[in-house]
Amino acid sequence: MMERITADVAIVGGGIMGASAALFLRRIGFSVVLLERDLCGSRSSGVNYGGVRRQGRPLNQLPLSQRAQGLWARLPELIGTDGEYVRSGHLKIARSEADLASLESYRDRTQGFGMDLQMLSTRALRERCPWLGRVAVGASLCPGDGQANPRLVSPAFALAARRLGADVREQTRVDELARDGDVFVLRSGETLEVRAKHLLNCAGAWADRIAAQFGETVPMEAGHPEMAVTEPLPAFMDLSLGVEGGGVYARQVARGNCVIGGGRGYALDDQRARAQRSGMAGLMQQTVELLPALKNAHIIRTWSGTEGYLPDRLPVIGPSATTPGLIHAFGFAGGGFQLGPGVGAVLADLVSEGRSATPIGDFSIQRFSASPRAATTGLASSTSTSVV
Amino acid sequence: MNSSVDIPGAAEKTKSTKSTALMHRVAETGRKPVGFVLNGQPLTALAGDTVLTAVLTYSARLRFSEFSGEPRAGFCLMGACQDCWVTTESGKRLRACGTFIEEGMRLVTGAEGLA
Amino acid sequence: MSSVQPVIVGAGPAGVRAAQALVAHGLRPVVVDEAPRWGGQIYRQPPEGFTRPKQALYGFEAGRADALHGAMAAILDKVDYRPDTLVWSAEGGKLDLLRNGAMSTLAYSHLIVATGATDRVLPFPGWTLPGVYTLGAAQVALKFQGCAIGSRVVFAGTGPLLYLIAYQYAKAGAKVVAVLDTAGFAGKVAAVPAMLRQPALLAKGLYYLGWLRTHGVAVHQGVELAAAEGGERVQAMRWRKSGREYAVACDAVGFGYALRSETQLADLLGCRFAYDKLQRGALPERDAAGRSSVAGVYLAGDGAGIMGADAAEWAGERAALALLADTGQLVDASRALWLENRLARVAGFRRGLERAFPFPAGWAAAAPDDLVVCRCEEITAGELRRCVADTGAREMNRLKALTRVGMGRCQGRTCGVAAAEILAQACVAQPDAVGRLRGQAPIKPLPFSAAAVPAVPQEAA
Repeated sequence: MMERITADVAIVGGGIMGASAALFLRRIGFSVVLLERDLCGSRSSGVNYGGVRRQGRPLNQLPLSQRAQGLWARLPELIGTDGEYVRSGHLKIARSEADLASLESYRDRTQGFGMDLQMLSTRALRERCPWLGRVAVGASLCPGDGQANPRLVSPAFALAARRLGADVREQTRVDELARDGDVFVLRSGETLEVRAKHLLNCAGAWADRIAAQFGETVPMEAGHPEMAVTEPLPAFMDLSLGVEGGGVYARQVARGNCVIGGGRGYALDDQRARAQRSGMAGLMQQTVELLPALKNAHIIRTWSGTEGYLPDRLPVIGPSATTPGLIHAFGFAGGGFQLGPGVGAVLADLVSEGRSATPIGDFSIQRFSASPRAATTGLASSTSTSVV
Repeated sequence: MNSSVDIPGAAEKTKSTKSTALMHRVAETGRKPVGFVLNGQPLTALAGDTVLTAVLTYSARLRFSEFSGEPRAGFCLMGACQDCWVTTESGKRLRACGTFIEEGMRLVTGAEGLA
Repeated sequence: MSSVQPVIVGAGPAGVRAAQALVAHGLRPVVVDEAPRWGGQIYRQPPEGFTRPKQALYGFEAGRADALHGAMAAILDKVDYRPDTLVWSAEGGKLDLLRNGAMSTLAYSHLIVATGATDRVLPFPGWTLPGVYTLGAAQVALKFQGCAIGSRVVFAGTGPLLYLIAYQYAKAGAKVVAVLDTAGFAGKVAAVPAMLRQPALLAKGLYYLGWLRTHGVAVHQGVELAAAEGGERVQAMRWRKSGREYAVACDAVGFGYALRSETQLADLLGCRFAYDKLQRGALPERDAAGRSSVAGVYLAGDGAGIMGADAAEWAGERAALALLADTGQLVDASRALWLENRLARVAGFRRGLERAFPFPAGWAAAAPDDLVVCRCEEITAGELRRCVADTGAREMNRLKALTRVGMGRCQGRTCGVAAAEILAQACVAQPDAVGRLRGQAPIKPLPFSAAAVPAVPQEAA
């Protein structure tokens, strides 16, 4: 028995992008169906580091990031929980003079974005952060950046959307996706068919397959972070830590565990990934160098996830170049968590007004196509294919 | 305990002088003594004792729970439950049930300090 | 032949007999074991220098224990034996090892996973008090350290181990103030026909029970455990029977409800799991010979489903014969068949055991909201239930993500069974419908200090 639903907007993917879009669309009165093949927030949105960070982003992401920052401040009101979000501050460490110069240059170039970056000299750093290893020679502090628990936040967006009337279907894979006139038709097995004028492609590391279906190929690759967590430790670190040049990031949660990331995991299959042996020893050494307090600590769990990376490390956000009504939001290269609420808000703008005040031109999917093919027309069944 | 039911044996007093000890030696007592320090106090264990045995033949706890603050004294004794972690004075952590006591070990079973 | 580099993980009954069989066919396996001496748990050897004879340590099992210890001793120079070595992960045909604070890797062409089991526990209020231990812990204290967990001990829960350990303690001179069996008498009677498949084991069980009774140990059957009470340590144990509540003063409690398999390595190796109704949990699949779903990986003993020590020895040997056959060696087919037949009979006995000592299926419904389920993270039954009510969570990994149950140092070993029961009861589902906790490395906590030591270069075959 095929259940048939018609809605204003169909969303593929229940991560923080799709779920926040569902929430904001409901708030302005659009009917929404969200299809998630597993549980909402079970992929990258739920297993990332948990940094809620503006500092370090390329300049063209900062307006979107600022908008998100404002929404993060309203988290309890939006999703009914604080998701352990705290503005602990984000400290980006310099390990050399060159690193310091780089951080200073970034601060100069981003003055207008309200991040209030403060440079810390070696001495100031030792005073402010006595728990930092000597390898740190300076740092840039963003006091308003922070951290949250992605395992709580991302599913909470989906739950909030559902409570506002979004039709959220978990364990519901999109098996067929096609266009019928000016609506999109999505089918899951033999049991569900959804028709909508707008389709939001928020399918994360697998979104390129949906894009390809509509004649838009993007050179996206899957990447896998390397994540680890310690046992609960006495509180010693009150900032979320990153390093200039990348390599390792660390934060201590309220319960005392330190969450650490850096390097690359590996894929077990299309959907699952794991932390990798070859990076683990190096990550552990780098971490102890940076945080001597961990020298007697243990890693009690490692994990990874699957993220979408485009060659320029920028996401795709914006309307399809080939198909009216199709809007993309994917490819966040492991840095999507903080942007999440902002992306959802922008997607709601695009659906309701066709444009957004937040500049997203640099994220257009058009940058990957020399000459976008015309939108496919014709009946559903003949153009449908299995998706993700 | 306030209960309306008789508790058989409540009036009996334990014969052991170490009334706070959890573990009681019932065999193998003829082993070489091993000196160690527990919370600053010099004590004697026997060669072949695990750290857990050494500590719990004198006291009733190995650590405090990070969250409830209540005392813990291990649980499975076979390296599975991870409840018997003990710290040395120098900050090293060891699993008490799986580590043999060594001469001169200096252990703390209070709140954990910084490593 | 030189391309066959077998590795056995675990030197308990299954691992030792597997090693013995491989050696008999000319192979030189690596035997990796976390413990300092071989023997596993039930036949755990005390540290060097302890003097009690095996009769005192193992009672009726002294002969089997001695035979097993001797079997490994006899092949020691023909295997590459790695005691005190933790296998914390597996990746790309290699195991990750931790020994003496240093990491290394070990390549294998074939792997026999014999990782054994630990006690299965269902919490009761007060179970985190000092002095409350598992049945296995009580046994380790006595066997391995010559200690009793207390001077007035209550043993509680159910399963054949309950009576064995109470008997061992009483014989060793410790005061056993009560044995509290949640299983009733009627189930035991009904189970006798099935248990007759292993008559020696049945006889031993009856012997322990009879001995306890004639030596004045109070044995109560068909009870519900209510709470352990105390301040700094346990001081009393309360239970219920037929609507009345009872209590007894004590200074230690040993409890458990049979065993649960250590399946983390099999999980990391990619073995397919299936729900086992008898074990009330997911286990890695194995065929009659012990082959897993992954080519070259064999599963033997309690580590892939509780079968008991005798069966573990047969399973270890059978898995080794499968490995040999799979690598082109000629093996004794009738011996393989004999082993499989013995193992098949054990399955019937196990069903009888479950009938005699059933898992208390009503436990979750009776568990109070303020009962701590996850002792590492101090997560209560009420928090789990609230999560189900608030978010509609119906799956173990989602419950873990939202409540932290199973996120502590022990990674769900202790609380996994109880958490699944609470989850199933809260969302009105069967225990087989809530999924299982995903395995993640490290299998046990990995010290940062191990990364500071240069990795020992590993030779392959």
